[in-house]
Amino acid sequence: MTAILQVRDIQKSFGGVQAVRGVSFDVHEGEILGVIGPNGSGKSTLFNCILGQLLPTGGSVSVDGRNVTGLRPSELNRLGVSRTFQLLQVFPRLSVRENLILAGQEHRGSRLGRLFGARDAGLGPEADRMLDFFRLTALAHEQAGSLSYGQQKLLDAAMAFMAGSRLVLLDEPAGGVNPTMLGGLRERLAAINREARATFVVIEHNMEFVMALCTRLIVLAEGQIIAEGTPDEVRRNPAVIEAYLGH
Amino acid sequence: MSTRHSLLLGLVLLALLALIPADLTNLGIPYPGLKRYGTYILTLWLVTAIAAMGVNLIVGYAGQETLAQAAFLGIGAYLTAIAGKHGVPFGLCFIGSGIVAFIVGIALGFPALRVQKHYLAFVTLAFSVLAWLVFRNEAEITGGVMGVRDIARPIVFGFKLRNAVHFYWFVLAIAAVLTFALWWILQSPWGRAFTALRENPLRAESLGVDVRLYTLLAFALGSAYGGMAGSLYAPLVEFIDPSPFALGPSLLFMLMVVVGGSGTFFGPFVGAGVAVLLPEWLRAWENYYLMIYAVAVMVLMALFPGGLVGLVAFFTRKRSRL
Repeated sequence: MTAILQVRDIQKSFGGVQAVRGVSFDVHEGEILGVIGPNGSGKSTLFNCILGQLLPTGGSVSVDGRNVTGLRPSELNRLGVSRTFQLLQVFPRLSVRENLILAGQEHRGSRLGRLFGARDAGLGPEADRMLDFFRLTALAHEQAGSLSYGQQKLLDAAMAFMAGSRLVLLDEPAGGVNPTMLGGLRERLAAINREARATFVVIEHNMEFVMALCTRLIVLAEGQIIAEGTPDEVRRNPAVIEAYLGH
Repeated sequence: MSTRHSLLLGLVLLALLALIPADLTNLGIPYPGLKRYGTYILTLWLVTAIAAMGVNLIVGYAGQETLAQAAFLGIGAYLTAIAGKHGVPFGLCFIGSGIVAFIVGIALGFPALRVQKHYLAFVTLAFSVLAWLVFRNEAEITGGVMGVRDIARPIVFGFKLRNAVHFYWFVLAIAAVLTFALWWILQSPWGRAFTALRENPLRAESLGVDVRLYTLLAFALGSAYGGMAGSLYAPLVEFIDPSPFALGPSLLFMLMVVVGGSGTFFGPFVGAGVAVLLPEWLRAWENYYLMIYAVAVMVLMALFPGGLVGLVAFFTRKRSRL
């Protein structure tokens, strides 16, 4: 299997605190990799280093074999890498449909062409398809800020796929979502992985969600990988039980 | 509102605005139009609204700050006044004012990109003071505190716009074109990207929106509107000196946008109307008018931070629910 994402010896320090200590892993096409670990284990810092929000102190990140260390998030997005954030990050005053169009428009034609071209940048049908896929069609023209938390989480995830991204990094997608909606979110993510061969890296605290969704897990503690394997292997790993699961 | 309805509304408003100063008694309608001063005030409102539209793009849509719009107005005004005296046709002066303000906007925006929001406000504040000092101290070029006198009205297709109503119609036509251009930009994916900058730049960047470039574009386009407004201001007042291009008027442009309704399309027109027309109406109270004006603005901001357009939208929604 081809590695879409290669993370090699990533390190990140904040003054005297070493938040990430030499983390390396590969993510293969069509895989759903889960990154778990207790609070403060360096998961979000690792994400931010991979996605250009933070410049790593050491190490490298490659996408499709190309070194992308330190590239800005917008440049990475144009290479087919998108993300969601731990806290909700939709555009509250735009409609749900406009949020989706915005999420894909920078990938359509030239910038000048977009000024004189169609208002929806030719993304109307794609946005409608995504609304249907994430079961948000009835809310298409509502302001995103007026949606429930769970619906905004769905929209947040849908936006990450609008650009036709091959690699999506989801930061706590289940956080704050009620159990009913959580099943729907997991099922939609699994479906998009199956149907579009989309590749995910998921940071998550909800063990049930992550064990059901992911094909492979890596476990971080104190900024380094302490275990790696299938959900079942990780669940049985004594180091993980000691450091994270605690039972 | 659909695109067709928006355009229709725009055309109706344009026709109404064109008729306001005109004498209609010849058509059998008992309306004598406006006197010269009234037409001047109406023209000043349009010029002010053009500059305020630029501020609204920067502040209301892109979520940045600017305290330099009066300086850009000054750049356009001085360029038009001085080049006009050297025989450069008004059309070239007008386009040149927009281009120069756009370029200066980019030059100012580049270092300011590292310092967005309030820090950008301080960068523009420094530029505003610097521009005013140049207008005042470079007397050989700008006339210093004595200013530039006898600025000619434009000649359009061999027709000199001496008549106040004719010049008003000319400014109205340009304002209509600039309003349509801004409406087009805001309806396009660029407008959506500008809104994304204001609402959530972090998320916008992660979705491929080049935050730096769009910030720069919004800033430069907004500044160009200031330059073009200045180019119309010079032949309107026929005499310019540095005082209308100081920091105070720049703050007033910010106030116009906020009072009118920041991030709303008609906000700058309403805000400019308040800033230009209200002092005229309150002039009878002489020294108290600034106080009344200030209190009215404070009450409005405290109760309706969405400005006057937001206030109207609030009551329209309330009425539709009844």
